Amino acid sequence: MQYLSQAVAKPYFIAAIVIFVVQIVFGLIAGLQYIIGNFLLVVLPFNITRVIHIDLLIIWLLFGFMGSAYYIVPDEAKRELHDIKLAIILFWILVVTTVLMVASYLFFSYATLNNLTGNNWFPTMGREFIGQPIFIKLGIMVVIAGFVYNIGMTIWKSQKTIINLALFIGFASSIIFYLFSLYSSDNVVIEKYFNAWVIHLWFECSWELIMVAILAFIMQKLTGSCNHEKMEKWLYIIMAIIVMSGIIGTGHRYFWIGAPSYWQWIGSIFSVLEPLPFFILTVMVFNMIHYRCNSHTNKAATLWVVGTVVVTFLGAGVLGFIHALAPINYYTHGTQITAAHSHLSFYGAYVMLVLSMISYAMPILQSKIYANSTHSQIWEMWSFWLMTASMVFIALFLMAAGILQVYLQRASETPLPFLVIQEKIYLFYWLRELAGFIFLIGLIIYIVNFFVEEKNSDQ
Amino acid sequence: MDKLLSIDLAKKIFYGSILLSSFIFLILSTHTLLTLSKLEHHKNLTPQVVLGKRVWEKYHCVGCHTLLGEGSYYAPELSNVYQRRGEVFIKHWIKSMPINLPNRRKMPQLYLTDEELEALIAFLKWTSEINTSNWPPNLQG
Ligand code: HEM
Ligand code: HEM
Ligand SMILES: [Fe+2]
Repeated sequence: MQYLSQAVAKPYFIAAIVIFVVQIVFGLIAGLQYIIGNFLLVVLPFNITRVIHIDLLIIWLLFGFMGSAYYIVPDEAKRELHDIKLAIILFWILVVTTVLMVASYLFFSYATLNNLTGNNWFPTMGREFIGQPIFIKLGIMVVIAGFVYNIGMTIWKSQKTIINLALFIGFASSIIFYLFSLYSSDNVVIEKYFNAWVIHLWFECSWELIMVAILAFIMQKLTGSCNHEKMEKWLYIIMAIIVMSGIIGTGHRYFWIGAPSYWQWIGSIFSVLEPLPFFILTVMVFNMIHYRCNSHTNKAATLWVVGTVVVTFLGAGVLGFIHALAPINYYTHGTQITAAHSHLSFYGAYVMLVLSMISYAMPILQSKIYANSTHSQIWEMWSFWLMTASMVFIALFLMAAGILQVYLQRASETPLPFLVIQEKIYLFYWLRELAGFIFLIGLIIYIVNFFVEEKNSDQ
Repeated sequence: MDKLLSIDLAKKIFYGSILLSSFIFLILSTHTLLTLSKLEHHKNLTPQVVLGKRVWEKYHCVGCHTLLGEGSYYAPELSNVYQRRGEVFIKHWIKSMPINLPNRRKMPQLYLTDEELEALIAFLKWTSEINTSNWPPNLQG
């Protein structure tokens, strides 16, 4: 670690991992409620379990991204962070926002929360992914805005490297898109139209730029950056395709919500381009490893990076593309196939990304020169395989459930009612739950090894 | 590749891509919004339908159900429930929750007022009449 301010990343990483665990626990509860209708029904109805599962996911990824950026930006800009204090204040604002959010979901009924937060005057609740009460949204907005200002000022007075630029554009655009989470319309079609500007454009434009920046940074460190110019060129091309296919590809959310039907063509055509940047990125990572000019002692971080690009290609690229063409999406829209894609794409693109960064940076932040001991890295690789394999299985089981659901509900001659079908495919939900438990075990191994054991052996 | 493409050109392609795709997307969005707001259906948005949408949000229906295929996959699609079940059935259904079968997924009792219930029905009716290019494929949603 060259700059003292990079240490700000540490609390962000720790918060990210703690929230990650809670997210998974709520995922497992939701998974049980899928099959046992009465499970925790009185204290925790399914809608609340699910909203906590998803909102915590988004928040811990934000913690992870910001932590990564606080580590990367000074290193790239070759100067200290503009304002360390601000970074710490923002950290605590986000912690408080998160705790308040979970507490308010748990202690008030949704309708009460709606009344308490003035939602009748300024409606923001009751939508997927971006239905948080207004004060939560404002908290998140303040944190991202302050963060963008902070890294912006750091980058401004420095040599603007491609990695810093990509980070900045990614985060700055995400805050512009997030403004649309405050928009509401009496017409549900128009509202859905703009909701996609947050949901789709975050995951498939802003965050992908952030992902490219973080991956490039880690790769550069791990392989010694022997062909920097070549990497830079490819990064620009990758990002150009991401932006083009991501922005216009928003059309794949407009097929059946009442928007004009030309979106079926536009959405399908530009979605075809979306897997391409993931493919180039994968080839690039393999190439950089093959032609590396130093051999870094952190093998576990290398494994995470390779895992990130491969699983992103499978989960986002392949599973995304599978249902992105309008004639197919007509049958799969809003089924377990969507859920399979959501899980594997999020895990590959963003969960593994943050874990890669932690794997690379945390040993350095804990002032071990480059990497954890070999022994500890072997445990970390075990946790990698446990989590990754079980997430692949979760996606496979959901795909199986989804294919049956689509057939029985939408494709067969005698379509059956929703719940009748669900009860026929419980087997796959049980298997998903089992894979989920193995995922949790992998995560626990990861934490015990990384955060607990290493710290002790140090002192 | 190394000769064909200089860093400068790559950079220009990236920024060009941002500008060009934002431009195209904004034009298409403007067209979509104009089209949508001119629809007869848009003009049929009565205060009751609008209240119904607020009821939909207040009770977090989207936390379990999908509407036009977006939402959660725990419970049935509701954009066409008005055709599937009809007004009388839906009212009775919502009032008689939860169903007392041990392992069946439960919908909670929401304690809607009569006004809220009427508005919700109006909203579901309005939603079922959106022109969705024939989605969902059949009545089961
Ligand atoms: C990092 C990349 C990606 C992430 C994190 C991601 C995540 C998601 C999530 C969470 C949803 C569900 C939204 C909802 O429930 O309303 C979704 C839907 C969808 N995604 Fe992705 N996605 C990614 C990339 C892609 C790509 C590359 C494609 C196409 C090639 C794609 C195509 C789709 C489609 C068509 C849907 C709609 C599914 C439906 O109709 O139900 N996604 N994505
Ligand atoms: C490991 C155990 C996990 C279990 C048992 C689990 C279970 C669930 C369940 C039951 C839902 C609700 C599906 C519905 O709406 O009907 C859900 C949604 C979701 N989960 Fe998980 N989850 C787990 C892990 C994860 C992880 C690691 C991620 C992130 C990578 C994640 C991301 C999501 C997302 C994005 C959704 C929204 C899906 C959509 O709307 O398409 N989950 N999960
Ligand atoms: Fe998308």
